[in-house]
Amino acid sequence: MQLDKKNVKTALFAASCALLGSNAVAEDWEYDAAIMYYGESDRVQAVEGIFHANKDLKNGREFSGKVVLDSLTGASANGAVPQDTPQTFTSPSGKGRYEGKANEMPLDDSFVDTRLQLGGQWSQPLGENYLFSAGANLSAEFDYQSIAFNTMIGRYLNKKNTTLSLGLSYAFDRIQPDGGRPIALSRTVPDAEQFDSQEAFDQAFNATRQSGGDDSKNTLDIIFGLTQVINRRWITQFNFSLSEVDGYLTDAYKIVSEVNTDGRAISQRYESRPSTRSKMAFFAQSKYHFKKSVWDISYRISDDDWGLTGQSLETRYRYMFANNSYLEPHIRFYQQDAADFYQPFLLAGEALPEFVSADYRIGKLNTYTVGLKYGKKINNGREYGVRLEYYNQTPQDIGIEAPGQLAAQDLYPSINAVIVQFSYKY
Amino acid sequence: MKALLRLYVLIPAFSLAACSSLGVEPWERDLLAKDEMSLSASANDLALDDHIYFSKEGTSGGRGFAGGGCGCN
Repeated sequence: MQLDKKNVKTALFAASCALLGSNAVAEDWEYDAAIMYYGESDRVQAVEGIFHANKDLKNGREFSGKVVLDSLTGASANGAVPQDTPQTFTSPSGKGRYEGKANEMPLDDSFVDTRLQLGGQWSQPLGENYLFSAGANLSAEFDYQSIAFNTMIGRYLNKKNTTLSLGLSYAFDRIQPDGGRPIALSRTVPDAEQFDSQEAFDQAFNATRQSGGDDSKNTLDIIFGLTQVINRRWITQFNFSLSEVDGYLTDAYKIVSEVNTDGRAISQRYESRPSTRSKMAFFAQSKYHFKKSVWDISYRISDDDWGLTGQSLETRYRYMFANNSYLEPHIRFYQQDAADFYQPFLLAGEALPEFVSADYRIGKLNTYTVGLKYGKKINNGREYGVRLEYYNQTPQDIGIEAPGQLAAQDLYPSINAVIVQFSYKY
Repeated sequence: MKALLRLYVLIPAFSLAACSSLGVEPWERDLLAKDEMSLSASANDLALDDHIYFSKEGTSGGRGFAGGGCGCN
C-alpha cells in the first residue's frame, strides 16, 4: 500500500486514538467475580463468593480491592472415636446435644458460620528497578476476627528478567469460641439430664471453661521470592517462607476420646495444642507456553516444629481453542505426616500428655484433587468460566494399636467432596 | 529439617548463578504478557483453592500471604 499525505494523516490519527483509547482502558476498573460451592458427602457444605476489583492507574500504579463472603453449614468430625453404640455429646456452646451414630465417626452437626473478608492492595514502581506493594485484610465471623497487613518490595535485575522480592505480613486474630475457650484436657460434660437442675449443669459446664488467658493469635510471615524468565515461553518462581505463630492455637471445638482396654470411650477430653508454631516452606512454580497451550506445575514442601511435614504437587494444563475458549484439566496431590502430638484416642490410666489432638487434619493424610475448567474469552476482555472438581482426603493409620471394639471401627474414614465454581471477568 | 534447609539454600543459589544468561529482550515478551502466563492467573480460583486446603489440611501457603484468617472447622 502506498502512503500518501492523507493516508499518513489518517494513520497518525488512528494511532493517536488507539493510544488514547488504551490509556482510557488502563484507567478503567476491571472486575473478577466467582462463586463456589464445596460439598462433602454427609459433612460440610460451603458456598463462597469473591468479588475482586482492580484499577490500573497511571505510571504503573495499581489498586485492587476484594470482598469475600462465605457461608458454612453441616457436620464436622469432633475428634471422638466411633463406638458400637450411639454416643451423646454436648454442643460446644453447652446449650444443646447431638448424637454420634453407632459405628460411624461422630460428627458435630451444629456448625453454621458466615464469614466476611475485605481486602485492599496498592502497588507501584519505585524508580526504574523497584516495585513496592502494601495491603490490608480484615476478616470476621461470629467466633473469629482477623486483621492482617502486608508489604513487599521487589528488585528487578537483568532487564526485568529476574525479580527478587522480600515480603512481610503480620496478622492479629481474635478467637471467641461458642461457649468460651475450654480448659485444655478437661473432661467434657456429656449430658445435662444427669444433673438435678440446669444450674448444676451450667456450673459443671462452666468449670471446663477458661476465665482468662490468651484468646488471640499473632502471625508473622516473611517471604523471599525469586522470579526468573527463562525464555520467551518459560517463566519460573521460587519462594522461601518463614512463619511464626503464637497465641491460642488449639481448636476449641475438638475433643479426644479416652478409652479403656475394651476400646470403650469412658470420657471425652478437650484437645490441647502448643501455643507457638514455627513453620517454613519452599514453593516452586514453572509455567511454559506451548503453541496452543500453557502448562503450569508447582511444588511445595513445608515443615514445622509440630512435626507436620507436607508436600503438594499441582499441575494445570490449559489448551486454547481457536474460538477463544479453553479447557483446563487440574490435578493436585498432597501428603502430610502427623503432628507429634496427634493421636486418635487416649488410653485411660496412662499419664496425660501435655499436648494432644485427634483432629485428622493434623494427622497423617493423603489427598488428591482432579478437576476440569472450561472458559471462554468474549470481546472487551470479558471472560467466563465454569469449574468442576473432585477432592478426596484419605487419613492414614499412624500405627497405634486399637484396643477392644475399636479394632473393628474405621478410625481413619475417607472424605469426598465436590467443588463447582462459576466465574466471570469484565 | 537440615536437608530441607540445604534445599532452600541450594536451589535459589543455583538459580541466581544461572540468571544472568537467561531471559528475553523487552520486545520478546509477547507470550509472557498474556493473562494466562501470569504466575497468579485465575487468581480467584487460586484464592478459593487456598481457602479449601487451608481449612482441610495441616500445612498451607507457599505461594503468598494467606490474608484474612478463618476459624475453619
